[in-house]
Amino acid sequence: MSKPIAGGVDCDLHPAVPHLTSLLPYMNDYWRDQVTTRGMVDLVSQSYPANSPITSRPDWRPSRGKPGSNLLDMQKQALDPFKVAYGICNPLYGVQMVFSEDMADAFCRALNDWLVKEWLDKDARLRGSIVIPAQSIEKAVAEIERCAADPRFVQVLMLVMGDMPLGKRAYWPIYAAAEKHGLPIGVHAGSNYHNPPTSVGWGSYHIEDYVAQATAFQTQLTSLIVEGVFARHPRLKMVMLESGFTWLPSYLWRLHKFWRGIRMETPWVDRAPLEIVRSNIRFSLQPVDAPPDPETLNRLFDHMQSDELLLFSTDYPHWQFDGDSALPEGISDDLVRKIMIDNPHATYPRLKQLAPV
Amino acid sequence: MNMQFRPGAAPDAPGSIKTAIADCDIHPARKGGLKDLYPWMAKRWHEHLEIYGKHPYQGMMEGPPYPKAQPNASRRDAYPPEGGQQGSSLSFMQQQHLDPNNVALGILCPLQTGQGIRNQDLSAALATAVNEWQIAEWTSKDSRLKGSIVVANEDGPAAAAEIRKWAGNKNFVQVLLLSRNVEPLGQRRYWPIYDAAAEAGLPVGIHAFGFGGNPITASGWPSYYIEEMVGHSQCQQTALASLVLEGVFERHPGLKMVMIEAGFGWAPSLSWRLDKSWERMRSEVPHVKRPPSEYIRDHIYWTTQPMEDPESRQHLFDVIDWVGWDKLLFATDYPHWDFDDPSRVLPPGVSDGNRQAFYLDNARKLYGIA
Repeated sequence: MSKPIAGGVDCDLHPAVPHLTSLLPYMNDYWRDQVTTRGMVDLVSQSYPANSPITSRPDWRPSRGKPGSNLLDMQKQALDPFKVAYGICNPLYGVQMVFSEDMADAFCRALNDWLVKEWLDKDARLRGSIVIPAQSIEKAVAEIERCAADPRFVQVLMLVMGDMPLGKRAYWPIYAAAEKHGLPIGVHAGSNYHNPPTSVGWGSYHIEDYVAQATAFQTQLTSLIVEGVFARHPRLKMVMLESGFTWLPSYLWRLHKFWRGIRMETPWVDRAPLEIVRSNIRFSLQPVDAPPDPETLNRLFDHMQSDELLLFSTDYPHWQFDGDSALPEGISDDLVRKIMIDNPHATYPRLKQLAPV
Repeated sequence: MNMQFRPGAAPDAPGSIKTAIADCDIHPARKGGLKDLYPWMAKRWHEHLEIYGKHPYQGMMEGPPYPKAQPNASRRDAYPPEGGQQGSSLSFMQQQHLDPNNVALGILCPLQTGQGIRNQDLSAALATAVNEWQIAEWTSKDSRLKGSIVVANEDGPAAAAEIRKWAGNKNFVQVLLLSRNVEPLGQRRYWPIYDAAAEAGLPVGIHAFGFGGNPITASGWPSYYIEEMVGHSQCQQTALASLVLEGVFERHPGLKMVMIEAGFGWAPSLSWRLDKSWERMRSEVPHVKRPPSEYIRDHIYWTTQPMEDPESRQHLFDVIDWVGWDKLLFATDYPHWDFDDPSRVLPPGVSDGNRQAFYLDNARKLYGIA
């Protein structure tokens, strides 16, 4: 089995907000009053129903409270056993799902401050992603500027399914701010449910929504590439989180073929899509959407034509693997080192801004 | 892509295809627009169309929401000499495509038929007319051509009645749906279509495109035509996942479906993702009895155009090994701009048996054409 090596970076950890009331200390009087007077309930996204098998590995499920809500559990179950030097926290809480941009802004600020106080201050290995109210470009940029002063924030976090395709020009000020501060944009699985969760409408089952995440990542990559985000922001990195990656080669064959055929429509796309992906796009490791035979997986790595695309992740506490097999079977020691250490450091320059722990 | 056809190809021109092929995605067009269908429609619908139009699930009445890259998304050399839209002349189709490319079996997939419009009675009337038109103008005049039964896709009972009306008619070899509908294709509103197709022993072809009112991404409408073109493969993946997870193939163990013009390179990855998710969450879908990949392997055929085109030949062969040489159906998409030339689609290194299956035998077997 491929063994994790010490000193790596876990690029996708999910600390859970116990309840909306946990954020009250981080809100001003007006919003505290709104939450209590209006009887607002917990912002539970239907992306990860609390009791669904995928939401937590059975042996990581706490006896009470939400999976991922306890720092000691995260240390014992993820940070210590995989011997990581850094773990990047990507809070998935329904703050982007609300429809009011003022409320989303207040809740995002509270969430980011909560992450600092309840997690980053308590374990020196932890780093954070800035959750932004993407419905308001102005407020999102302001939140990036506010949080970027803390070097422990190493990324900006967005959802793969939002109000608009991510390449749309309206979002570009967010990308300019992120690039300026050396912050990659992390695009995480999940929807704000402002649009149907698939491109052919609403399915019946949770499993359909989960499977469809991969197609949402595909359409977002198309949007980001053809709108020209990386021609404008060549140093900007984007990280596809919990996206799967076995779909990438055939997806790029199709995009490349149509780009060759109709590039007159988007003449600013001056490099082949595969080259843009190689220089600007990264993918978290889990979930590995491949059959568990090493030969097939290694053929897929060959199809990807790069060993720089993948970043180690456990997706803690989601149930993507069992035991300590966070790395798939049969990958080379060299690739393990790249996935766990070299690639994350090349992606997240701010990891090095503080003395290593 | 559209640069690769041979100008003026004639039956004996160098590079002509000597062995017979099946073309499983040909788009016949109408010379005079919707009026061509009037002979098979009640007079009230002529008036209705002229007053209210087709009333589709999109803003544009006259054309697609994303302007195509060429007029009618078709080859510039495919205008018939006698005038009319590309694909509207049988004699020119014979001369430019069917004869030189040695097409022994051509499957017609009519588009812009009245699928994906909001008035269901009109949708049904247009479907009937399109089916009559396929026989009158195409299949009765060239025995190589076979039609697809077009149906009012959002009205299950009406669609099923149309299928039953044509069941056993040798002019038709499949039922035609599009990938983008009001709901994902596994939903129960579409089950009468699958019931009737299974009963008639007809495969269901699901062609990329369509209009169901849903944005083509789960984050809303993108900006460009290329996003729509690439996006059809994501729509197809989701439609297929819906068919599997709703249990359509559990209900119809003999039903075959054809994924048309949406690629096949994504099939292995989708299958693995479905299997992995099913292992975790099968308690949510107890009616899905087997790993999803098995239904896909057993029930699904794939047309080849636009052909997967990796830099490395071995990568293409890997993917075809995973999908199955017995499941691919060659198609050109004539007369559309992204036409695949049969002489250039497969790289060297394919066995004669696989080549024969790819170009002709799989289609003959699936469509029951000796």
